[in-house]
Amino acid sequence: MADKSRIDEPTGTEFVGHEWDGIEELNTPLPRWWLWTFYASIAFAAVYVVLYPAWPMVERATQGVLGWSSRGDLVEEMGRADLARRATFEKIAATDITKLPADPDLMGQAIAGGAAAFKQHCVQCHGAGAAGYEEYGYPNLNDDDWIWGGELSEIEYTLIHGIRWDGSDETRINYMPAFGDIFDPGQLDTVTQYVLSLSGKAQGSAAGAELFDQNCTACHGVNGEGVQALGAPALNDAIWLYGDDPAQVRSQIAYPRHGAMPGWSDKLDPVTIRMLAAYVHSRGGGEYAGDETEEVAPEFDGDGSSDDVASALQGEGDG
Amino acid sequence: MADPDTLPPVREPAPARDWGTALPSSKADPIAATARHAPSQPPPKLYEKRKAVHNKRIDGWFRRFKWLVMLVTLTIYYVTPWIRWDRGPYAPDQAVLVDLANRRFYMFDIEIWPHEFYFVAGLLIMAALGLFLVTSAVGRAWCGYACPQTVWTDLFQHVDRFVDGDRNARMRLDRAPWGPKKIAKRSFKWSIYLVISLLTGGAWILYFADAPTLFSDFFTLEASSVAYATVGILTFTTFWLGGFMREQVCIYMCPWPRIQAAMLDEKSLLVTYKEWRGEPRGSVKKAKKEPEKYGDCIDCLQCVAVCPTGIDIREGQQIGCITCGLCIDACDRVMADIGRPRGLIDYATLDQCEAEARGEETPPPWKALLRPRTLIYFTIWGAIGAAMLFALGARTHTELTVSPDRNPPYMLMKDGTVRNAYTLRVRNMEARPRDMEIALAGLPAGSLMWTDRIRSEDAAPRQTVTVPANEIRVVRAYVTVPAGNPVDAFAFTVTSLDEQRERDTAETTFDSPVSE
Repeated sequence: MADKSRIDEPTGTEFVGHEWDGIEELNTPLPRWWLWTFYASIAFAAVYVVLYPAWPMVERATQGVLGWSSRGDLVEEMGRADLARRATFEKIAATDITKLPADPDLMGQAIAGGAAAFKQHCVQCHGAGAAGYEEYGYPNLNDDDWIWGGELSEIEYTLIHGIRWDGSDETRINYMPAFGDIFDPGQLDTVTQYVLSLSGKAQGSAAGAELFDQNCTACHGVNGEGVQALGAPALNDAIWLYGDDPAQVRSQIAYPRHGAMPGWSDKLDPVTIRMLAAYVHSRGGGEYAGDETEEVAPEFDGDGSSDDVASALQGEGDG
Repeated sequence: MADPDTLPPVREPAPARDWGTALPSSKADPIAATARHAPSQPPPKLYEKRKAVHNKRIDGWFRRFKWLVMLVTLTIYYVTPWIRWDRGPYAPDQAVLVDLANRRFYMFDIEIWPHEFYFVAGLLIMAALGLFLVTSAVGRAWCGYACPQTVWTDLFQHVDRFVDGDRNARMRLDRAPWGPKKIAKRSFKWSIYLVISLLTGGAWILYFADAPTLFSDFFTLEASSVAYATVGILTFTTFWLGGFMREQVCIYMCPWPRIQAAMLDEKSLLVTYKEWRGEPRGSVKKAKKEPEKYGDCIDCLQCVAVCPTGIDIREGQQIGCITCGLCIDACDRVMADIGRPRGLIDYATLDQCEAEARGEETPPPWKALLRPRTLIYFTIWGAIGAAMLFALGARTHTELTVSPDRNPPYMLMKDGTVRNAYTLRVRNMEARPRDMEIALAGLPAGSLMWTDRIRSEDAAPRQTVTVPANEIRVVRAYVTVPAGNPVDAFAFTVTSLDEQRERDTAETTFDSPVSE
């Protein structure tokens, strides 16, 4: 340590007494305003500690006199956001879903709201991109293949009542008989080949055509084009819910899997459901009333009395 | 250690440069003077009280130049937000507006969008290079004339002079005990400070909103709380920094003087006391008796009295000198009064001073400006400016960006066609709504496109969308390619359907199922 009382000649300032490699530190005084700024910060901190949450305690931090919390801020902001959205929600609630596309702005807002709700309630099965999962039989909602109908009103109906859902008497329901108990293995193979031939994936046979004609056309249509009103999927297109591999198709004919979707009427409000329908419809495959793919839809009879018909149908997933 | 013989010879330090230590101490140097004391005196205080600067009124070339700069800068500051500029019904009519809420920056005919922030970055780079250029050429000219801290301090010092009188009167009043007269004078002076500060803070917010609207809202208490907080903070900082902190901001707070000190060299024009001519100092009387013994400086301390930062320029270059040139004005007057040539304190380069001290001819000061360093700075500065002007002139007001959907990457349709989905952002930078045509380029025939607002049965290779004025329209586009066409890349093009026919292209990918 150097001599503390030594004075640096050129500046007349006292040395602090520290030295590194011959470089010494001078005890240059701090300006007074700096000191006052420091005191001001201490005073500020003292006030802050009283007013705001500050000291960490065992359970939680001290609350502060003002009672402020970031959680409270969030609640308040969310409340304000809800208030701001209310007008739009009321407008959507008052608009019949088939009239929604006529108001592009409202439709846009419904799609945006539906996209948000989809992320919360639907992605668990249908995936973040709404592309579904083939291995579980969760259908893809982006394409233009609809088992139960792709119009806005049909999608909304599916969302409200679900598919094979106990919670609604009007749920979309059908069951396809297990042809594994009716056909012998050879017949199963023949029908599988014929079904695949409908979309050009295999060579069909006259025997297959006959079996298909006798057993399948009632629900799936003469050419396997499907009947949305019955929830009977089209068999002549490129889209296969449970896979287009012959073994997968054969297994679905022999012992069909039947997917289910809960209705959302008991969990979500009608506006959210309507917005979800708009979002799903907007994913690129939505159908419009009057499309040539659309048939005159008979009133769906979901009271269970049509079990005979329904059980003869293959249907899975939602629309 | 290397062999001493191989080392270059040690250069003798030029004694003429060593002004800082060669001269006797002065009370004016704010750093050096703080702790001066003899060993026998009590130890220095830990905290240093500010020594008030009461600079004397002076008139002269540099003072007038400072008046002019103050007039111009303050006029620009206060008038700019009120200038109107017609941009049509879809854009604000304020000439200079930083529209933070809508993320636009308007400056006369130029409109900057957030994605064009490189223009702002370029301006900042130009500002930095401009400061380098100015500093290497004319020293701390920014500090001396144009820095807001200098301009506002100057303004407040004029208020001091107006209320309390000139230097001596102010020093007397400072020392006087608090009485009714002092209280009255101080409250009057501080009220003027406050008015100036309020005007300063108030003008600032006008750059961020429509000035006339905000002005009336401000007084009817309808402006946003941010506006009031901003005015409050800026009023306080102006009041405090301009009214009370003054030269301490330059000496203790501002990093720029320290950086500049490192950028000056012996060819920079600085306010310099020519000690070869001034020393040794002596009164007019003494110098008359023995003209050979004394220099031109008569130690009248006028240069110290007029200094706005309270330094003594005769001690040489120092952090406190903002090179405002007022000491030159003061010294020139004294030299004229005593019949000696002007310029004992003058703008000069250190090289020039040395040459003058040796009695050599010196080139005119402007020649010091033209040297490689300044020219290189100027070239870079000009090149960036030219490049930005070119970019500004060549930019199109129609832009398109595309991001393909990643989840799912592709979609198989019923009939076997493959569909990809894209999010397009169509940017219309004109202040009017425009129809834009989006088209597919590089896809096989039969490829179709529709959007989330266009029905799939209306799919076509081109679609027209209307983009609102000054906005980005987000369009979700669906593109189908007929089965059996392997495509992996194509482009969207957007064309404005007006007389400009502006066009932009965005390349993107097309994903298909892996063929087996």
